[in-house]
Amino acid sequence: MLENARSGHSAGPLGMADLLAVLFGHSLRHRPEQPGWEDRDVFLLSNGHTAPVLYAAMAHTGYFPTDELMTLRRLGSRLQGHPERTALPGLENTSGPLGSGLSQGAGWAQIVRDLDGRPDRVVYVMMGDGELNEGNIWEAAMYAAKYRLGNLIGIVDRNFIQIDGDTEDVMPLGDLAGKWRTFGWHVVDIDGNDIAAIVEAVDECRRVTDQPSVILARTVPGRGVPYMEHDHTWHGRVPTSEQADIAVAALTAEGETR
Amino acid sequence: MTAADRAPSAPPLPTEPIRMGFGRGLLEAGRRNDRVVALCADLVESTQMHHFRDAFPTRFFEVGVAEQNLVTVASGMAAAGTVPFTSSYAAFSPGRNWEQIKTTAALNDRPVKVVGSHAGLNVGPDGATHQMLEDIALMRVMPNMVVVAPADSVEAEKATIALAADPRPCYLRLARDATPVFTTPEDPFVLGKGRVLRAGSDVTLAGTGTMTWQLLAAAEALASHGIDAEVLHFATIKPFDADLLVSSAARTGFVVSAEEAQIAGGFGGLVAETLSEHRPTRLLRLGVEDRYGESGAPTEVVEHFGLTARRLAARIAEALGVTRADG
Repeated sequence: MLENARSGHSAGPLGMADLLAVLFGHSLRHRPEQPGWEDRDVFLLSNGHTAPVLYAAMAHTGYFPTDELMTLRRLGSRLQGHPERTALPGLENTSGPLGSGLSQGAGWAQIVRDLDGRPDRVVYVMMGDGELNEGNIWEAAMYAAKYRLGNLIGIVDRNFIQIDGDTEDVMPLGDLAGKWRTFGWHVVDIDGNDIAAIVEAVDECRRVTDQPSVILARTVPGRGVPYMEHDHTWHGRVPTSEQADIAVAALTAEGETR
Repeated sequence: MTAADRAPSAPPLPTEPIRMGFGRGLLEAGRRNDRVVALCADLVESTQMHHFRDAFPTRFFEVGVAEQNLVTVASGMAAAGTVPFTSSYAAFSPGRNWEQIKTTAALNDRPVKVVGSHAGLNVGPDGATHQMLEDIALMRVMPNMVVVAPADSVEAEKATIALAADPRPCYLRLARDATPVFTTPEDPFVLGKGRVLRAGSDVTLAGTGTMTWQLLAAAEALASHGIDAEVLHFATIKPFDADLLVSSAARTGFVVSAEEAQIAGGFGGLVAETLSEHRPTRLLRLGVEDRYGESGAPTEVVEHFGLTARRLAARIAEALGVTRADG
């Protein structure tokens, strides 16, 4: 997709693929053939630049044909460079500018719980770790804890990279688990590329109903593509044709053994 | 009786802050629709949300001093099928959270209602940081956004009820200081429509928000000097009733715009764009000209910037080549 689009972000989406596979393939209560289903759980992508992995998860669970993935970032495509809700049924929000998804998730979770009487409807918000530099996130963190939004689950892609380098050099996040706990959140710290651990973490968070939960998912940026893994320079660029072939071969080989 | 029947020289009118009409309108909107909710950033009473909060405590949400969170939580609430009204001072919302409004309300096409109180110069003593003058320009360039600046508290009440029933995101501009209540419950209010409050043939005075009353009073002063001014009121800045302005301009051949905001990009900018495209007409734009406000008593500051009826009349008369119209 990204090679074809010739622009976009590579490392983040690859690292998050396992998380979205579990959510869209297992945890989310949703009906891809009926995007506005009123009983659905809600998934909000806050770090909108990782749109390719969301589009892939949606296509592979039946929201739209997988062939359409190759239209990413093209003029007239429903797959805008950053997700645009009004362009594609099934998208729950428009995102790209960082920091706003958790607030949207908090508002949504609060209405379904308090006005609709449906605390069983869960709102998931996917965030990047670089995104946690944004003050809006911490405003939302305070708000969700104040109202004890137990049906809100945040997921942080803790891959330690952002555009200008290592997250701990650019703007240190430090004791991230401690920060969220202090803000009043239930925290689960996992290997974000371990399928079983992801499933277990989501289940644990769903059982916590008196406070919001956050999953700190330690992922490997560029996961599965040896030349990309852990290299922050792959945050915002795309592979050449030759590099893409190597990446697909490596991911295919791993997929067959996993 | 409507505003058009009432002469400014009649006995003094009662005054009331425009924001108080919002408070009543929100309460009524809440009564009409149980999916109307309200969020505030630590300014409940000054933005008049306490009426709604007290009547519908389970539909009111206190966000604290966090304007970015204010509108983004509202975006999520709108996605969940509610009509959220958010309130703060205009200096902070949309002053501080413009991008969040654009991305999560306007581009995302959710009916978030951004209510900016204490807009304009009449915040007075608080000074330049709190005198929001750029909001009209900021909000009217945003696709999908409706922008409304009522002229008095009675109109603000109607505007609030109308916006609650409208599916679009919107910005409602309110003022702090008490201003004359010159419209009446009988005055019609239609989103997107301007109104002729005084018919005239020599000059078109186009106002929005608090300036419309000042223009009506200025028109009376001008009349005593033989100038027959037509006064138009545009509560809705976007979508703009261009036809009304252009047809009036075609008859009078001279247009004056007035606003308690920056004329660059603001209402004056809108009037200039509209006229130059549809009917080039001589234009005098009155408002704030590329500078910040300053502290002082509300009317004192408005006077200092030349936006009271007396000063407006003098400036208009001068532009028309008539002297001593300010007597």
